Amino acid sequence: MPPRLNIVVPVKRVIDFAIKPRINASKNAIETNGVKFSLNPFCEIAVEEAVRLRESSKDLVESITLVSAGSAKAQDTLRSGLALGADKATLIEIPAIDDSKSLELEPLAVAKLLKAFVKKSNANLVIMGKQAIDDDSNQTGQMLAGLLNWSQATNASKVTVDEASGVVTVSREVDGGTETLSAPLPLVITTDLRLNTPRYTKLQDIMKAKKKKTEKVSPEDLGVDISSRLEILSLSEPPKRTGGGKVDSVDALIGKLKELGAI
Amino acid sequence: MTSILEFDEDVEMFRSVVSRFNAEVVAPQVEKMDEEEHIDPSIISALFETGLMAVETPEEYGGAGASFTAAVAIVEELAKCDPSVSVLNDVHNTLVNTCVRKWGSDYIKETYLPQLSTDKLGAFALSEPSAGSDAFALRTRARKMSDGDFVIEGGKMWITNGAEAEIFVVFANAEPEKGYRGITAFVVEKSWGVKVVKKEKKLGIRASSTAVLAFDEVRVPKQNVLGIYGQGYKIAIECLNEGRIGIAAQMTGLAQGAFDRAVSYVFNDRQQFGKYVGEFQGMQFQIAQIASEIEAARLLLYNAARIKEAGGEFVKEAAMAKLIGSQVAEKTASKAVEWMGGVGFTRDETVEKFYRDAKIGAIYEGTSNIQLQTIARLIQKQYTLR
Repeated sequence: MPPRLNIVVPVKRVIDFAIKPRINASKNAIETNGVKFSLNPFCEIAVEEAVRLRESSKDLVESITLVSAGSAKAQDTLRSGLALGADKATLIEIPAIDDSKSLELEPLAVAKLLKAFVKKSNANLVIMGKQAIDDDSNQTGQMLAGLLNWSQATNASKVTVDEASGVVTVSREVDGGTETLSAPLPLVITTDLRLNTPRYTKLQDIMKAKKKKTEKVSPEDLGVDISSRLEILSLSEPPKRTGGGKVDSVDALIGKLKELGAI
Repeated sequence: MTSILEFDEDVEMFRSVVSRFNAEVVAPQVEKMDEEEHIDPSIISALFETGLMAVETPEEYGGAGASFTAAVAIVEELAKCDPSVSVLNDVHNTLVNTCVRKWGSDYIKETYLPQLSTDKLGAFALSEPSAGSDAFALRTRARKMSDGDFVIEGGKMWITNGAEAEIFVVFANAEPEKGYRGITAFVVEKSWGVKVVKKEKKLGIRASSTAVLAFDEVRVPKQNVLGIYGQGYKIAIECLNEGRIGIAAQMTGLAQGAFDRAVSYVFNDRQQFGKYVGEFQGMQFQIAQIASEIEAARLLLYNAARIKEAGGEFVKEAAMAKLIGSQVAEKTASKAVEWMGGVGFTRDETVEKFYRDAKIGAIYEGTSNIQLQTIARLIQKQYTLR
């Protein structure tokens, strides 16, 4: 009998997907003052997938633990995930993050923190978003698998677990088709957009999430150095599009295109 | 202290849930439901599944056990998308659930709160053809039988949710010779013989049903008396005082919904004379004026909600919030139509509907004149020395 799944789902608090990001006054970060934050959509998909695995078979999942590295405000993000159905949550509190600092945690630092946490919590499966919608790095999952020396299946669009063997099968959308991987536990899976559509959180579950266990640890507790290795020199908006002209006829259009050397 | 408009995390999370609910569940159906004058049953069931129909109901009865402010914020948020869905939710939560929770015996709470949390819509049946603002002129009778049960006989009018509701809070006079002191509240199941006689055709909130109900010898067990026998008038007054805050929320949300649509249009879609119409000063000053009025309405709303939640005397503040909320909603929706020009006047755009929907705010749960009278009465009391 293979071991039951102890799933860790790392989640990140990001600027809400509906907000138009703006660059701050010092041109080195995205403005975060007075901006709405939410659970990163890919992370939400990861939590949903963990909960669906639990619902798919009675004895398959032992525990679903959320973990987030960030400021105390990430507690809200953890609560969103708990309301979706996770059992407990840990905040790795990073007190140094402030708005004037050019860079938050880098993917490698997060991966190291997660490695320490995953080891400590005896997990055998990590399901996490393929990327966060703020910096779109798409690195942490891969780095984590490398640091743990576990198998990895990135950009998952379908996940199934064979209960008898404990082998996980993951489909991933690649250029020109679907690739199917299978791997034994332990494993890191990163989630793509089409893996699932997260459920509506019920109000009752939001209230119940308050009573679930949440603990805090520090990077020192985990023995991880999170100092930055990268520096953002500047951020700039994409160049503004300049308006085009109108032409009256197909001939005029062809003439214009020729004039511009496009044909 | 920070702004009165800063909410706790529960409320913020609920708002996010409703915002997604609006976009995915409600918005695609708004136009169709308005045209058909009918709320899609899938929306009612989705409201139940998401827990939006049992906001304040305690956990042990299947609710979320959240605050009054949370209930009001949900009404506001729903109204940004569809004031019809909003009022359905408002009546169910702030009138029916509240009456049952606050006045119901253990039997009534145990029997009805779980149903009202899960799948049974509620309606509040007070008004009658000749008893509107003068609610206690009601003619519906409750005849006491020898075994202690009651038989209800009469008719109700203007009952929101009347067509879809399965559980009714009904006010009837059990001892007409005692005047308003004979009025008693009952919890009545539709299956006992409540008949929907007519659905009104309306100017606005057309997807929300407004029904005429007939009670033809409807037998109600004695344990379904809500609260104390003969104190129905008190239940009605208290529920409606609180309910006004809900309507203020609906109106504030409506105003915001119309504003959001029209302002986005003038800054991003419509250009004239080589610039976006929102860039003209004539437009900008109007937009600034309306934005300030919406903020004022919202402050009145959450001020009343906060006082109510803290257990204070909130009647005047609730009346003010409803009065101003309905005025701001009407003005905002009217301006939104103007700002969008011809497009705003068509039914392809939501602002035309918001304009029609706004009118009800000055009428139901106490007309604007009744709000003014309530406010004036309290001012007079405060200033009279004798």
